[in-house]
Formats: sequence, C-alpha cells, structure tokens
Amino acid sequence: MSAPVVHAHHAPQGFIRKYVFSLDHKVIGIQYYFLALFSVLIGMSLSLLMRFHMVHPDAKVAWFAHLWPTAAQGGIMTPELYLSLMTMHGTIMVFFVLTTAPQSGFGNYFLPIQIGAEDMAFPVLNMLSFWTTLVALVVMVSAFFVQGGAPLAGWTAYPPLSAVPQTGPGEGLGQTLWIVSIAIFCGASLMGAINFIATLIDLRCQGMSLMRLPLTCWTWFVTAILALLGFAVLLAAGVLLILDRSAGTSFFIPAGLMVSDQILNHKGGSPLLWQHLFWFFGHPEVYIAILPGMGVTSQLLATFSRKAVYGYRAMVYAILSIGFLGFMVWGHHMFMSGMSPYSAMAFSVLTMAIGVPSAIKTFNWIGTLWGGKIHFTTAMMFALGFVSLFVTGGLSGIFLGQPALDLYFHDTYFVVGHFHMIMGVAAIFGMFAGTFYWFPKMFGRMMNETLGKIHFYVTFVGVYAIFTPMHYLGIAGNPRRYSDFTNFDFLGKLLPVHNFMTQAAYGTAAIQILFFINLFWSMKYGKKAPMNPWNATTLEWTIPSPPPFDNFGGQHPVVNHGPYEYSVPGAPRDFIMQTDPPDAANPPATSH
Amino acid sequence: MLLAPIVWVLTVVIIYFFASKIWWFPPPISQHGLAYDEQFMRTLVVTGIIFFFAQFALGWAIFRYRDDGRRASHSHGNNKWETIWTSATAILFVGLVLTGTKIWVAVHLSEPDPNAIPIELMAKQFAFSFRYPGPDGKFGATDLTQVNDAAGNPFGLVDKDPAGKDDIVSASLKVPAGKPIKLIMHSRDVIHNFFVRELRLKQDIVPGMEIPLYFQADTPGTYEIPCSELCGLGHFQMRSTMQVMAEADFEKWKQEQAANK
Repeated sequence: MSAPVVHAHHAPQGFIRKYVFSLDHKVIGIQYYFLALFSVLIGMSLSLLMRFHMVHPDAKVAWFAHLWPTAAQGGIMTPELYLSLMTMHGTIMVFFVLTTAPQSGFGNYFLPIQIGAEDMAFPVLNMLSFWTTLVALVVMVSAFFVQGGAPLAGWTAYPPLSAVPQTGPGEGLGQTLWIVSIAIFCGASLMGAINFIATLIDLRCQGMSLMRLPLTCWTWFVTAILALLGFAVLLAAGVLLILDRSAGTSFFIPAGLMVSDQILNHKGGSPLLWQHLFWFFGHPEVYIAILPGMGVTSQLLATFSRKAVYGYRAMVYAILSIGFLGFMVWGHHMFMSGMSPYSAMAFSVLTMAIGVPSAIKTFNWIGTLWGGKIHFTTAMMFALGFVSLFVTGGLSGIFLGQPALDLYFHDTYFVVGHFHMIMGVAAIFGMFAGTFYWFPKMFGRMMNETLGKIHFYVTFVGVYAIFTPMHYLGIAGNPRRYSDFTNFDFLGKLLPVHNFMTQAAYGTAAIQILFFINLFWSMKYGKKAPMNPWNATTLEWTIPSPPPFDNFGGQHPVVNHGPYEYSVPGAPRDFIMQTDPPDAANPPATSH
Repeated sequence: MLLAPIVWVLTVVIIYFFASKIWWFPPPISQHGLAYDEQFMRTLVVTGIIFFFAQFALGWAIFRYRDDGRRASHSHGNNKWETIWTSATAILFVGLVLTGTKIWVAVHLSEPDPNAIPIELMAKQFAFSFRYPGPDGKFGATDLTQVNDAAGNPFGLVDKDPAGKDDIVSASLKVPAGKPIKLIMHSRDVIHNFFVRELRLKQDIVPGMEIPLYFQADTPGTYEIPCSELCGLGHFQMRSTMQVMAEADFEKWKQEQAANK
C-alpha cells in the first residue's frame, strides 16, 4: 500500500501567509492552542468572580461598577450578573477551551505527522475552520457588551428561560448572540471533523495500518466522528431556538405561559425537545473533551515508563466503545426532566455500560506503569495526575448514572464536582501533559522542568482541594447555580466549605502564572531541543524540532513497527521507532 | 516520586470526609428515604473500595517502578487480567443499577394510591404556590387571564366556578404525616424543580406538562424546599417549606383555612 500523494505545495512566503492565513496544519494547530489559552484565561477569571461572589454576595467592589454599571450598581454584583458570568464561564470553557486545544490544537499539529502525512487532507478547509472558530469567539464575547449583557440561562440554555426574552436580563440580545456564536462554532467544528476523518482514513503512510496507529490518533479519529454527528444536531437545535425567539415559532414553548405578567402567544412546543437535542450533542461533547486527553495519557505513560501500552487492542476497543455508547446515554442528563421513567431505566443501563470501557482504560494505564522504568518528567507528572483525577471524577458518575440516586443529586453540587473533576481538571491535565511533551517539537526548545514540577504539584493538590468538597456539598443537598447561599438555613451551615473552595481556587489560579511564564519564556530562551528528547517511538520524533513546512522534507516515511515498542528484549536500545528497519529487535551482527 | 505519598494522603483524606459524615444528608423522613440511603451506601462502599484500590495501585506503581537503573519488563498486556477486571466492573456496575431499580419503580412506575391526597403545586418566577381542593374535594377551574399575584390568586381561580370557592391556596406545603400525597405540579413560565432533601425526592416542574409526584412523609417537622432547576435571577431565593404535621393538626389547619374564606 503506497501513500497517496498530497497535492504538493511550496513553502509559504511572507508573514501573512506563514503565520496568519496559513494553510499549514502546524501553524493552525498553534493558532487553535493560543485561542484556547486566551479563552481559558477568560473562563478562569469568570470562575474566580463567581467563587468570590458566592462567599461575599453583598460585597461592594468599586471596579465591578465600572465594568458593569447596570448589573453591578454601587459595586455590588447582582444575581443576574452572577448567572451571566456563570453561563459564559461554562460556555467558554466547554467550547473554546476543551473542544479546541485537545482536538484542533494538538490533533491538528500532530495527527498528520504521526501518520506520516505532509498535511491534513483539506488545508484550506482547515484554515477556514480556525478563523470561523475565532469569529465564533468574538461573537460570544460580544454578548458581554450589549444591552442586557450576557445570557443567564447556563451553558445548557434550557427553554423557556432561553427562548423567551422577557424571562430575565441578558435573555434578549445577549442570548441571541450566544446562539449565533454557538451556531458558527458548530460550522467550524464540522469543517474540522471532516478534515480529521478524511486525513486519518486516506493519508496514512506505507505500513501505518490502523492497529499501528498511536492511541492519540485513535482518540482524534473517534473524537472527530463524535463531533461530526453531535455538532450537526446542536446546530439544528440552535436554529430552532432562534426561530422560537424571533420568528414566532413554538418548537420549545408550550401554551399557557405567563412571563412578567404577560400571557405569551406560543403553543404546542415542548421544553423537553430542546433537552433531547441539546444532550444528544452534549453527551458526545464531553467525550470530545476527554478522549484526546486519554490518548495523550496513554502515549506519555508508555514513553516515560519505557513500556508498551498495556493491552493496546483493548484500548482501541475501549475508545471505539466509548464513542459508540457515548451517543446512547444522553438521557442521563434528563432523569428528573419529566421524560418517561422507562427511558430513564434504559439510559441508566447504557450509562453504567459506558463505565466499563473507561474502567478498562484506567486498569490498562496502571498496567502500563506496572513493571516499568518511570522517568518523572513534568509531562509524565501530568499524565499520572490525569489517571488519578479520572478515577476520582469517573467514580462519582456511578452515583449519578442511577436515576434512583439522581432523585437527590440532580442539580446539586455533586454534579458540579463530577463534571469539573473530569472536564475542568482531568481534561486540562491532558492539555498540560500534551504541552510539556510536544513543546520541544513545536518550538524547538525545552520547557523548564523545575517551574513545571512546582506548577504541577500545586495545581494537582489545588484542584483536589477545590473540587472534592463539592461532592460533600452535594450530599448535603446544596443546589447548583445559586448566586448566594443566605436564604436557606441548611445552606448557611455549608458556607465554611464554600470559603475553603474559594481560597483554594485563588491559590490554584495564582500558580498558573508559573505555567504561562514557563511557556512564553521557554519559547525564546529554553534550551535547544534535539530531534527526540524523550527517546520516543512515534513519527513526530523522526523529524526536526521544529519540523519543516512539509513535515518529512519530501520523504515518504515507511512504518515497520507498532507505536509502543519499548524495552523489547534483545533490541540494542530500550525503544524501537516506528520507522526503524523491520529487524530492529534483532539487528544482524556487524563485523568490526 | 513525591506524587505517590501525595496521592495516598489525598485518598485517605477524601475517604475520611465521606466516612465521618461531617457534611451529610439530613435524616430521612420516609420509607423511600430509608431505601434511598441503603442504595447510596451500597454505591458508596463499592465506589469507595474501587477508589481506594485504584489510587493505591497508582501510587504504588509510581513508587515501586521509578527508574532505579533496572530495565522495564516487556509486556503487551494480559488477556486473562483484562477479562477479569472487565467482567468484575461490569457485574458491579450493572448490579448497582438493578438494586436501585426497585426504588425508581416505586417512585415513578407503581400503581398510584387511589387514596393519595391531591395537592396542586404551581411554580413561577420566583415562588411556589400550593392549592388544596377544600371541603368539596374538587379543584376549581383556573384561567391564566384571571391570575393576580398581588390579590392572592396565583392559580388564576375563576370567579364563576363554585368548586373553586373553597380551594385553599398556600405559600407553603402542609401535609399530614403517614398519609400518601399526590403532588400535581405545574409551571407558569420556565422550568423549576421541587426538592425536599429529607424526602430524598426531586422533580423538574415543566411548563406545558402536568407532572404528579407521589410521596408519603412519616416524620413531623418543617423542611425547606429549594428550587432546583435554574429559573432566572431569583432562583437562589425561590424557597418554600413543607410542614409535616400529625393528621389531626392537618385537619385543624384545613378547617381554619376554610373558615377564613
């Protein structure tokens, strides 16, 4: 099987072509990465404002009044302002951080290289997908600046709250801009998904069979399939919601509603329809957010234990199962919604089923370490941290996947703790791990290990301190999306826990400065990186750091080995690269 | 390498806070609540054991297999172990769902008790209102155009309907202890949610749907009702109470309300 020839292009000339409107998947990957970095700073700032308000709901902060003259009159954050910060926090983090960097950031950069290709299948579409994502981000952020401000219906935007502008401040133009931004983002995602799928299927080099793909490539592939099918449905839902808001339709709005003393004209719609459409997208979305991090973790645990991934085939089947089952569990977000109790039972069994491949992956990660020879680089620390956090975050899902237990836990902090552990922490650790691992290849320099380790340890303990207490709050019945806890006797008793979490959040946020210093300083002043600083086996480590514009310098790599041939008995080194000659494990004796 | 003791310490601390029940459920006030707590404990024990062993094994691997000069072992996996832990996980997880199914069926899929006392709940931004049918046992007709919160008519009772004359409207939920209740829930505007921690029950209140919730509270007391589905800027203040009282006191309360009409 010889590789198809990608339409050869010459090295780009000029600043704009090289760094702005670039067709090069590597530049586009970095652009996505920086978009995610910018977004995570916004998202994190919003969460700090939220945590501050929860423990100081009546505080007067002068600059609040400057930023939000209507929503924070006298410097006091109103409940509607809190809810809009919360809505934008969730939206920006889920879409512009977790759905960009892991897939479109690292995936764009490394999928073509890891399969031995010159670029993605559709470079122009690739460039368009990034710029469309950026337009979506601009539209999203603009919601802060319009009359009424950003929407307050949460990142889940349930109608009628999101469908009827009179239901609250921010539900006017702000909510409309939110929907438009998401629709644009859907378009960008679909473009990216098509590119990833076509690239993986068509552009693998000679010898790169499916079962020799690095696990990172498998996760990027399945993630792209989830994105293709999921985002299409979200786009449809968004269109219907906009029509309900502005064209007088009633897809989601039933008859008999009265808002702000006005009886509404709508009739015939169902709020549950939105929930089904949204979560049909929303559940695959969370697997989109976590699968690439799982791929990175597998890759790094193998590299830094000098040991093959335990049960490669099982890992592939687990990724495929998670992707497939991921489309069948959306109803577990709707156990209390009023949908049929029989549906709830079906969704529950499927949800428990999806716990099985996740468990397989966890056991196999530990199995990879077992008997290994572990090098504790910062990249490896984040991969190990991912495993610990995934265990903690995943296990709380066992409670929530049972409708019987969800009768109490739905819409409490137990849920908030669960999804933050998995998405807000484990997935982010996957991004940190990918950064430390691939930075030498992307920028030709090494990051600072001391700064990296300090950042890791403080962040690891910090995120446990922030998010574990949320499970205890959930057991105590603390509802989510409350802007303050002073109206209920039982909530007043929980304020010390909120205080602790807020302090932990401040500290953990502050230590992220070390990461940014490390990242930017190392780009310019880090020690020069060799071609293969980690003695790793996959194709990106066979080309210069950073790579030339066409990755393999016009060569077509030929793959003779699986992706994780570490510590093969009899081999001269403790790793065999995928492109090493077929007899690398037993090289012919050379006479001296 | 330092990571191993950190993981172990975190594991022990986390388990400690679950075991010590410092922040915990309030005591249950119903048979359903007792069954709920049993299923919760079953799940907590299973997940707790898995949590402990997984984190312990991770920490152990980090400690034991740190690079000290030896060569790594060469293994691509072990199908026997894969099968064992996959099956064990599947059996445990599905087992938990099955034991919990009884509880779910009891709440939502059982024959409703024909003697359940019907009480209507109407949720709106940002208050709960409750309605009792009064001595005639019939709920009066309602119409959205008759709604007048300021005049104490949140349900929009229609003047012309005599059945509605004796309806009791209350801002808080009052129920007799030990008697089955049928809470008939409506929303006037957006999605809300009725939640009583001590009952271990919650249910979304969806506009356009009439959703019944059957329960029986056995322990007298006053219990808070926090709205538990984001409904707008007043969500954090949307509060009511459920007062469970001896049956005799409940009858007395109803008579007092009727007399005040």
